[in-house]
Amino acid sequence: MDIAIKKEVKNLSQHTASLVDRLTQQDFEGQRQYLTFLMQKEEYGVDILNVQEIRGWGNVSPIPNAPKHVSGVINLRGAIVPVIDLRLLFELSACSYDENTVVIVLKVMTETVNRTMGIVVDAVSDVFTLSPADKQQPPNVNQTVSHEFIEGLTEVKGKMVILLDSERILYLEDNP
Amino acid sequence: MSIDLSQFHAVFFEESFEGLELMEATLLELDVNHPDSEQINAIFRAAHSIKGGSGTFGFLPVTEFTHILETLLDKVRDGDQAIDTDGIELFLQSVDCLRGLLESLQAKQDLDTKRAEQLSDVFQAVLDGGAFAGSASLVKTQVNSVEDAANPVPLAGQSSAELAEEAPEVGAVRQQTGFNIYFKPEVTMFKGGNDPVRMLRELAILGQIKTSVDTSELPALQDLVADNCYLSWSIELLTRCKIDDVEEVFEWVEDECELSITPIFEDALRQTMISSQAQLHDLKIKPKVRSEQRLVMPSGPLPELDDLQLPDLLDVPVQAPLNIPEQAPVGDFLVEADTAAVTMSAKAPAKMTTSKTEASSIRVGIDKVDSLINLVGELVITQSMLGQMGSEKEHMTGEHMGNLREGLVQLEQNTRELQDSVMRIRMLPISFTFNRLPRMVRDISLQLGKQVQLELSGESTELDKTVMEKISDPMVHLVRNALDHGIELPSERIASGKAAIGTIVLNAFHQGGSIVIEMTDDGAGIDTERLLAKARKNGLVGASEELTQDQKLELLFTPGLSTLEQVSDLSGRGVGMDVVRRNIQELNGSVEVSSERGVGSTFRIRLPLTLAILDGQLVTVANQIYIFPLVAISESLQIDGAKVNNLAGGSDVYSLRDEYIPILRLDRLFGLRQEVKVLDGSLLVVVESEGQKLGVVVDELLGQQQVVIKSLEDNYIRVVGVSGATILGDGTVAMIVDALGLSNLAVNDLAAAKKMTDAAA
Repeated sequence: MDIAIKKEVKNLSQHTASLVDRLTQQDFEGQRQYLTFLMQKEEYGVDILNVQEIRGWGNVSPIPNAPKHVSGVINLRGAIVPVIDLRLLFELSACSYDENTVVIVLKVMTETVNRTMGIVVDAVSDVFTLSPADKQQPPNVNQTVSHEFIEGLTEVKGKMVILLDSERILYLEDNP
Repeated sequence: MSIDLSQFHAVFFEESFEGLELMEATLLELDVNHPDSEQINAIFRAAHSIKGGSGTFGFLPVTEFTHILETLLDKVRDGDQAIDTDGIELFLQSVDCLRGLLESLQAKQDLDTKRAEQLSDVFQAVLDGGAFAGSASLVKTQVNSVEDAANPVPLAGQSSAELAEEAPEVGAVRQQTGFNIYFKPEVTMFKGGNDPVRMLRELAILGQIKTSVDTSELPALQDLVADNCYLSWSIELLTRCKIDDVEEVFEWVEDECELSITPIFEDALRQTMISSQAQLHDLKIKPKVRSEQRLVMPSGPLPELDDLQLPDLLDVPVQAPLNIPEQAPVGDFLVEADTAAVTMSAKAPAKMTTSKTEASSIRVGIDKVDSLINLVGELVITQSMLGQMGSEKEHMTGEHMGNLREGLVQLEQNTRELQDSVMRIRMLPISFTFNRLPRMVRDISLQLGKQVQLELSGESTELDKTVMEKISDPMVHLVRNALDHGIELPSERIASGKAAIGTIVLNAFHQGGSIVIEMTDDGAGIDTERLLAKARKNGLVGASEELTQDQKLELLFTPGLSTLEQVSDLSGRGVGMDVVRRNIQELNGSVEVSSERGVGSTFRIRLPLTLAILDGQLVTVANQIYIFPLVAISESLQIDGAKVNNLAGGSDVYSLRDEYIPILRLDRLFGLRQEVKVLDGSLLVVVESEGQKLGVVVDELLGQQQVVIKSLEDNYIRVVGVSGATILGDGTVAMIVDALGLSNLAVNDLAAAKKMTDAAA
């Protein structure tokens, strides 16, 4: 009798364990955290794993003959890091910079290259977690420049968030 | 007490490779008619230390091999055994063999001792009373070894035993004819129920086949349709069958594929066998690389893919290119091709690891270290002096200020000297690169039947280690080119009234802040007309366009051009010179060429001494600080308005003494401000680049200081007119101006301005 119960308990616990496994896997598989920021009242998000740091605007030296959206380069602890103005890249209206202007430093690492770049935004907003299922493809109608940088759309607290593809943004200088 | 010997392995390998280099160099110098006993002793000593070291560390195959080598050398040293050219060849091969063994040991791989054993047998035969001349027929020099003298393990020489095994097979093959088949199924082939593998299998029944698969059309993973066929094959079939039999195999798919079948005859066979080895090599490497790429790429859209599809998709493209060629009956593959492929793939990682270890250590002369220690000593004294001053004096008086300033000057002096010394540690004599060349020249000239003498000078010129490592391959390429294209065959040379022996001179020297490496050959020179004709044919130069001599020579560096009619193993494929130039430009260097038909050519490579630091002149333009490399500036002056002239095209020139130099406006070229600056009275910095002088208008001249060069390309792209950036004392970033790039910018600017005025008109 004892043996039968033990066996039953063992079976049950195995079953629960596998259930928990499946649940946790389902919950966390593909989940990603996004940092959101504001530009002209729209909310944008980037994968938080690509965010190296957030810093204030300052000491930007211009790059000769750079495209308009490339504000210049900054000294980030000895590394020369370009800063791009997302507003200009996305063809939103230009904005003047002050000490409260925020630069998000993005870093993308692939096997071959390691790239760091700063993006100028209006303000940093929030961090949220997103599973792949909650992400929608952007409607394929607008053919603007900015469209190619959009990874998807999602809704957080009833507000649309535009998810950006950091890699595309950081490599844009390679294929203008 | 036991000692962990493995900690000494690195030193042993380093010393052994040095010993091998010494052996190689001495062997090449050795005059067979009058062997110098001192040279033979040197070779002997090197072999002996390798033997001793390998014995200590228990590398038995190396010990055994060097032992028998040493015995033979001993006999030569005692005069019991005469040495001749065959003997030298034999010894050179044993150097290659030893290097191969040591490299495998270093990479902790299994040893391929087959070759060592064969060479040992030959040595034993010589020791048992034969002469080297007897061994000559047994030792075969293979051309392939020339391709990469530094990596000669299995292909370099096959000795008696292996050749004997191979001979009947090769003989039999030679009488056969075969077919080169190119087979490209249509994308939809699988849907019709046909399978390319089946054709390959049937071909294998007809005879011996070697296949290589072309995976270049494989799409990215997310675009891949699992039941489409993206592959195509090049097949080499060795068979006595008729072409009909071969066509029959493809009968069912004739209209579903691109197919070409060309018969090959026995003469071509040997050649194609060699080339297909190379293809096979490609085949082994390529799919691997591609599969890795594809596994990484889809990080973005992956989550959306249906879970079910994913494993299937992953399996298909990655496995297919690897497996299909191997599914064809392996037994029917040529043994030779197989082993070549296996050894090649085994060799690749070995090479990688060695280059890594090379990068990790550097040998520095004790004198350099001593001077560093002295400098650090002085620095400590200065520091304590300043420290004392700072702590003692509550209130600074004028006298103290004077002392403090003095101390700071001393500190600056110390820092500068320390910096120089540290930089010098990274400097190595260029002989490290030059020393690879004599062996290569010897092997290639033997192979081509040319007689070439290599003269080296300025070997002790020092160069930054990083620059050295990167310049090595372009150098090898240039010398190889000179051998292949430049120097003519002895008969041609005599016919054109030159000495039968061609000469290649390599010279290195310092000039200004850069190092110049010159390679001169007294060969045929560059046929600029043929270059031009080829360029016209390829559409690089318009049919009516006329070029100056320099521009024609410049064509040499364009990709895709080769004047050599016959493509050889060595060169002539039209890739190379452009790569050479790109490599050199990556180092901020330049390469120029001058050549005269029938007299010879000279290549001149100019490189910066070091990549890390330069002396800079700070200037301001439109409130931004820019830096000119001090070495580029020939003078700075205030513009005298009367000496400014306007050229027809709208650009200004300045008459500087007896020449007119173009005036460039940095503010305009860099797009800094709109208003045009008045030239009269402003400052002009005269820079020199590639023999051309340019005047650059700046607002203000600031101080001079040493700056550390930082790359812009790491996180951005290459910017024309700027060679890099640096960080100034206050933490801001300043761009370093590149004079050569500026002149290019100016040309473009002028063209753009002209276009605009044209459009306006």
